[in-house]
Amino acid sequence: MEDVSLRLPSVVPLVDRREDVRDRLRARLMRGTVAARAAVRSAGWSLASLAIVLSVWQLVCLTVSRDFPSPTASFRVALTLLGSAFVRVDGTPGIGLQALASLRRIAVGFSLSAAVAIPAGVLIGVSPTIRRLFDPIVQVLRPVSPLVWFPLALVAFKNLGGVSSSTLFTIFVTSLWPTLINTAVGVSSLPADYRIVAKVFRFSRWRYLRRVLLPHALPYVLTGLRLSMGTAWLVIVAAEMLSGDMGIGFFAWDAYNAGSYEKMIAAVVVIGGIGLALDRGFDALSRRVDHQRGGR
Amino acid sequence: MTRFAPELEASVATNGWTEPYVHIDNVSKAFRMDQETSIAVRDVSLSIRHGEFIAFIGHSGCGKSTVLNMVAGVYPPTAGIVRVDGMPVTGPGPDRAMVFQSYSLLPWLTVEENVFQAVDAVFADRMPLRDRRARTERFLRMVHLWDHRRKRPAEISGGMRQRTAIARAFAVQPEVLLLDEPFGALDALTKGALHDELLALWRSDGRRQTILMVTHDIEEAVYLADRVVVMTDGPAATIREVIPVPLPRPREKRSVMHDPRALDIKERLLSLLQGSPDQSPR
Repeated sequence: MEDVSLRLPSVVPLVDRREDVRDRLRARLMRGTVAARAAVRSAGWSLASLAIVLSVWQLVCLTVSRDFPSPTASFRVALTLLGSAFVRVDGTPGIGLQALASLRRIAVGFSLSAAVAIPAGVLIGVSPTIRRLFDPIVQVLRPVSPLVWFPLALVAFKNLGGVSSSTLFTIFVTSLWPTLINTAVGVSSLPADYRIVAKVFRFSRWRYLRRVLLPHALPYVLTGLRLSMGTAWLVIVAAEMLSGDMGIGFFAWDAYNAGSYEKMIAAVVVIGGIGLALDRGFDALSRRVDHQRGGR
Repeated sequence: MTRFAPELEASVATNGWTEPYVHIDNVSKAFRMDQETSIAVRDVSLSIRHGEFIAFIGHSGCGKSTVLNMVAGVYPPTAGIVRVDGMPVTGPGPDRAMVFQSYSLLPWLTVEENVFQAVDAVFADRMPLRDRRARTERFLRMVHLWDHRRKRPAEISGGMRQRTAIARAFAVQPEVLLLDEPFGALDALTKGALHDELLALWRSDGRRQTILMVTHDIEEAVYLADRVVVMTDGPAATIREVIPVPLPRPREKRSVMHDPRALDIKERLLSLLQGSPDQSPR
C-alpha cells in the first residue's frame, strides 16, 4: 500500500506539470482574447449610440431651434464646469458639490425609507391580516406623484425644518413602495419545503427569520432597493427644482433661469451618469448574491 | 429496561425491534381543489415497531407521500389518527426528521451550516455550543462531506446534496426518519453508494431509528426494508399488501442480489405492481 503512494507522485507530476502550465497559459490567453474582444465590441456599440445622440442633437440645433445649445458649445461649457466642479466660484458651489449635496440628501431619505419599507414588507408578506389591512393604503398612496407630496410636506413640516425636511420626506415616501412591495413578494414566495424544514428542526422565530425568510427574500429586497433608488434619483431632481435648495436639480433650474442652457445640458449628463452608476452598483450587488447561490 | 417475554428478547437480539411504535390508524386524506374533493388515500392502517424499516411502494400518484406527510405532521389526516410512541401527531418536529427528494437544503447556507443550523436549533438547550459543532462535524464526516463543508448546495452534486440532507436528518437524533423518495433523482451508482451510507449511519446508532421510506424502486425497497408496503393505484389508494423481507442484517448488496428469498420477494412485488397496468395513471 505504501509503495504505491510513494511511487505515484514521482512519476505523474513531471508530465502533468508541463502539460498543466501550457494548458493554463493557453486557457488564460484564450480568456484574455475573449474578454478583450467583448470589451472592444461593447465600446463599439457605446460609440455608435453616442453618435446617434449627437447627430440627432445637432440636427435639432440646425433645424428646430437656434437657441438650443449645440453639442460643441455644450462640451466646451461642460469642460469648464468640470474643471471647477468641487470649488466655489463667486460664492456658488460647482456642479460636483451640487451633485454631492443631492447624493447626501438621497442617502438620508433612501436609508430612512429602506429602514421602514423592509420591515413593513416582511410583516405584509408574512401576515395575511396585515396585508389585507395595508394593501388598500399602499395601492392608493403608491401612484401619488412626488409633485403633490412636496407641497403637502411643506405644510406638515412648516415648523420642523421646513423646506429641507420636505425634500427628504418626498424622497422617503416615493422610494418606499418598490422596496416594500418587492420585500412582501419575496417573503410570501418562500417555498413550502423551507417552511417545513424550519418546522421539522424546530427553528425559533429569530432563526427562521435570520436563516430562512430573510435570505430567501434578499434578492427581491435588492431588486426593490434598486427600483427605489432609481425613483429617488428621479424625484430628488424634481424636488430640488421646487425647493430651491442646493443640489443638482436646483443647479439645472438655476441654469435655466440664468439662460445658460449649456449648463443645463451638463447637469443632464451628470444626473444621467450618477443614476447609471447607482443602478449598476445595485445590479452588481444582486449579481453577487445570485452568484453565491449558483442560481440555485 | 428488562424484558421478560422471550420472543421479544430474541427480536431485540437480532433486529433491535421492541414494540409497536408508529400507529397509522385507519387514516384517510382528502384534498380540496377548486371546489372538488379528491380522496388521495383511504383506510390506511399499519403498526410499525421501533427500529423497523418500512418501504412504501406503488405507482406515482398512489398517495405514498401523502401517508408519509401525515406521519410527519405536515398536514393532518381527514379521518383516522397517526400516533407516534402513543402520542397523536399534531405537527412536524425533530423526533420525526425528514429527507425529501428535492433535498430541501437552504441554498444560501454552506453544507456545514445546513447541518449545524438544525443541530443548533434542536440541541440549543441540551448541549454546549462546542458539542453542537462537534456533532455537526461527526455526521458530516460519516457521509464523507467534511472536506466539502464550505461549499454551497449549488456547488455540489445531487448525491452530495442528498448526503447532506441525510446527515442533517440523522444529526438531530430523531426517533423516526421519514424519507420521501430520497434517491429518486440520483443515478444508479450514486444511489447504490447512498444506500450503504444510509444503512451504515443507521447501524452506527444501533438501528434505533424507525424508518419510513417512500420509493418506486423494487430493488431499493427489498435491499433496505424489513417490510414492503405495496399501495394500490390512486385515487383513493390504500394498502394492497404488506410483504416482509426476512433477510438478515447487516445486508450486503451482492449477497442480497443473489439471495433466492430476495428474488422471490422481488418477483412477488413485480407481479403486484404490474398486476394492474391499465389502472396505473400514465
